[in-house]
Amino acid sequence: MLPCTGRIDESLLLKAFENGADGVMVIGCLEGDCHYVSGNIRARARVKRVYGILDTIRIGPDRIRMFNLSAGEGSKFAEYTNEFVEQIRKLGPSPINVVRAKQGSAVTREEAT
Amino acid sequence: MKSGSNLEKVLAAGHFSVTAECGPPRGADPDIVRKKAALVKGNVDACNVTDNQTSVVRMSSLAGCMLIKEQGIEPLIQMVVRDRNRIALQSDLLGASALGVRNLLCLSGDHQKFGDDPQAKNVFDIDSMQLIHLAKTMRDEGIFPSGDKLEGAPKFFIGCAVNPFADPFEIRVPRFKMKADAGADFVQTQCIYNMEKFKKYLELAKRENLHERVKILAGVTPLKSAGMAKFMRRMVAGIDIPDEVVDRIAAEPKEKQAAKGIEMCIEQIQELKEMEGIAGVHVMAIEWEEKLEEIIGGAGLLPRPLVQ
Amino acid sequence: MITGTPKPIDEILEMIEPYDNIIVAGCHGCVTVCRVGGEKEVQVLSSTLRLAREAAGRPLTIKEVSLERQCDPEYVEQMRPYVGDFDAVVSIACGAGIQFLAEKFSATPLLPGINTGFLGVTERQGEWSERCQGCGDCVLHLTGGICPVTRCAKSLFHGPCGGSVNGICEVGKDTACGWQLIIDRLKKLGQMENYTKLKPYKGWDSSRDGGPRRIIREDMI
Repeated sequence: MLPCTGRIDESLLLKAFENGADGVMVIGCLEGDCHYVSGNIRARARVKRVYGILDTIRIGPDRIRMFNLSAGEGSKFAEYTNEFVEQIRKLGPSPINVVRAKQGSAVTREEAT
Repeated sequence: MKSGSNLEKVLAAGHFSVTAECGPPRGADPDIVRKKAALVKGNVDACNVTDNQTSVVRMSSLAGCMLIKEQGIEPLIQMVVRDRNRIALQSDLLGASALGVRNLLCLSGDHQKFGDDPQAKNVFDIDSMQLIHLAKTMRDEGIFPSGDKLEGAPKFFIGCAVNPFADPFEIRVPRFKMKADAGADFVQTQCIYNMEKFKKYLELAKRENLHERVKILAGVTPLKSAGMAKFMRRMVAGIDIPDEVVDRIAAEPKEKQAAKGIEMCIEQIQELKEMEGIAGVHVMAIEWEEKLEEIIGGAGLLPRPLVQ
Repeated sequence: MITGTPKPIDEILEMIEPYDNIIVAGCHGCVTVCRVGGEKEVQVLSSTLRLAREAAGRPLTIKEVSLERQCDPEYVEQMRPYVGDFDAVVSIACGAGIQFLAEKFSATPLLPGINTGFLGVTERQGEWSERCQGCGDCVLHLTGGICPVTRCAKSLFHGPCGGSVNGICEVGKDTACGWQLIIDRLKKLGQMENYTKLKPYKGWDSSRDGGPRRIIREDMI
């Protein structure tokens, strides 16, 4: 359980990819509306750094994205999610999963957990 | 006489002296130096040979000095502390003196960032102030700074540079005084365009009696065009070219700007000649040596005096 | 503190190319404070290397470690029981820490994961700047608390040179003229007499030029 996107750091996001995620959505509160003052702003900066890392190791920066929503915006949440899932579908499985599939071990790697 | 150099003699005899400068080539061709020397000869009391100015690699200053000396010009060796530690500096001072170079200009040197090799390691073991002190110690006490006795002391008329236009202005004269205290016999200033500011500087220097202790040679550089003035103003740190100077040359049509630049330079030298405390001029006609005779002659400073 | 910057991932990947089983070792000292070599950075670098290697079809096993300090023998020794089980160690401590590990574990290749910078201060989050070159002969009492060796691009002892304009050094518009800073401070302190004194040639033998330095304090041995 994370109380705030401000608790997310880069390694947590990278772990998601190690655990087999093809894409990661980070959804924080609306900017200016953080219960912890600036947690979502910090999260945005961290997502941006991970974006850079994924780009350098050629996993593709488009597999991670940050969204801002309030708790009352259920339909928007669905809309964003559909849009992002569609984007990831177009990109296909992450290079990690491609390799794992070839080796017949698409399961989570032990040391990444 | 401290060095017996022609420049020292001319100044000691009370003449208004003239020096110029000669940048060695970006290569090993000695004829380039000889050609420049032919344009300088007869117009000056001594000629500076620059030491890898703006950190751009060139033929060494000492080699350039020897080449112009062969042509009958008295050399003035420039030495920067950027590229050599105190061991190399002492060694080169001894070598230059042994080869008959009698005038020395002690400089820091532009940062290597501006040259061919911005990744070079700089030295700055001692600074220019300490190089003056080093040369004076060797000349006057006949010893190395380590205390050991020299087998023959080097003989130099020791010079330094000052920039009256760099910041902060208030320490410019105290810093000049430090150079005098360190042992400078003469000074060549950064090129002057802002005469008002220079006069203010000179007044302060005179108040400290520096003009009595150190021969002041005022630096001038003729402008080739309004474009050059604007470029220097923008690109060269510590150059102060007032609007009225730029406007005056810019008012001329392009083809007449060079002539105007020379006319302005001559006027400036004549004004400097009349100023108390100014012992001479240092004419830096950068890659324009062919105009030296016209400028120096135009200012009424030819022929150069022969002093025994 | 000692500062540093991460090495490019591609450079580290090239270094670890021959290995399949490595340690990534961080340090809780200076490099944690300047966010280049602490526990978090160990995690991020390890994940990154694992992902890159797995995507390339050559999975990598990493043991993630963070020592209290890589520059003190008692902490370094903590690695001894297991270091021999690995092909190599990527250390993201400063150069001193990396070398100390190399010295202690002579059979294991030690690879630098950061470029060590300088002795500096935190200007703000994400910005550090140099203050000290450790020259071994401090003159800050004479120069208004501002170091001419470090802050002047030419390490002049009688600055500023002619390249100082409006308080800015000729090497770049983001670099303050060290001597302008010294003069401003001396004026404020009423110590301008320190400026006009001719200073002796600096002895660089107490600096790096004298070879690797040692401090031996008999009273502490």
